[in-house]
Amino acid sequence: MIDGHDRMFDDRTPGVEHEESTANVLSYTAGLGLAILLTIASFVVSQTNLLWPPGIPVGLIVLAFAQIGVHLVFFLHLGSGADNTNNILALAFGLLIVFLVITGSIWIIANLNANMMPMSVNMPR
Amino acid sequence: MTVATIDAVPAHLARGRGGGGPAPKRVVVAYGFWIFILSDFVLFSGLFAAYAVLSGNTAGGPTGAELFNLRNVFIETMCLLFSSYACGLGALSAERRQPLRFLIFAALTFVLGAAFLIIEATEFTGMVEKGAGPWRSGFLSSFFTLVGTHGVHVTGGLIWLIYLVAQVIVKGLRPAVLRRLLCWSLFWHALDIVWVGVFTLVYLMGDFR
Repeated sequence: MIDGHDRMFDDRTPGVEHEESTANVLSYTAGLGLAILLTIASFVVSQTNLLWPPGIPVGLIVLAFAQIGVHLVFFLHLGSGADNTNNILALAFGLLIVFLVITGSIWIIANLNANMMPMSVNMPR
Repeated sequence: MTVATIDAVPAHLARGRGGGGPAPKRVVVAYGFWIFILSDFVLFSGLFAAYAVLSGNTAGGPTGAELFNLRNVFIETMCLLFSSYACGLGALSAERRQPLRFLIFAALTFVLGAAFLIIEATEFTGMVEKGAGPWRSGFLSSFFTLVGTHGVHVTGGLIWLIYLVAQVIVKGLRPAVLRRLLCWSLFWHALDIVWVGVFTLVYLMGDFR
């Protein structure tokens, strides 16, 4: 029992580094290339009529999400690090909060704007 | 008996969920810092929401399309992107215990980050000189708050980088210093993610409108 106890602490002391990060130069370079392509695509889409004009905001949002995904996978190594389940669960919760705050605010304020009394010119602002 | 059961899982399989004992300190530290970064994203989500709501309220003042210079924004984006790349390669060299390569990449990261800040500061002062400061309209208040908060984060990241380079020079690439470098590189990459949101929502969509 004492022997097992000793071995347990000996083997598992936190701070002893065993694993090397699986990241390498190639994954960073691939991430950089993809991010540059997506950035250029965003700027081109916003400045030209390549996309159907009313669809441009949606196109930009899709490109932004794609680029955020590239950053998460290639720069933050969210797919390959140790102990990924916890990291991804935390990210999912963070995204939920971000989604609630942004869409909730836009929704509520758009509703208030729609229901506001029309402002006349004489009304003090 | 319990000890024997825990012992049955090899240490390198430890995942911080019971089996195999505590996860390595590096994993725990990175996880804790990840939680901080996510809370920072939540902070930015409030600012993004405020901007999205207020961006049309120009109060007769200048609009985004009149103020923004997309060429500069593109250069800023590239500065941050390459800075992030250099930061990743620097972290890699540090992990492989190559202090000289680390210092070169850290210098590159710093120069690119500083270039971003200089362009942003020039943009801000140019807008204020045109009378389009944060006091002009709701749109500009939310613009300066959102973009300025990101700029403050970048400034903080650069100061933190100087502090870490000093630690590497004085203490060497020991495990504790490597863990701090890991946290810093997570922070720097996260700022790039926030910037993707900024240039899409603020600059590209603002110009498009």
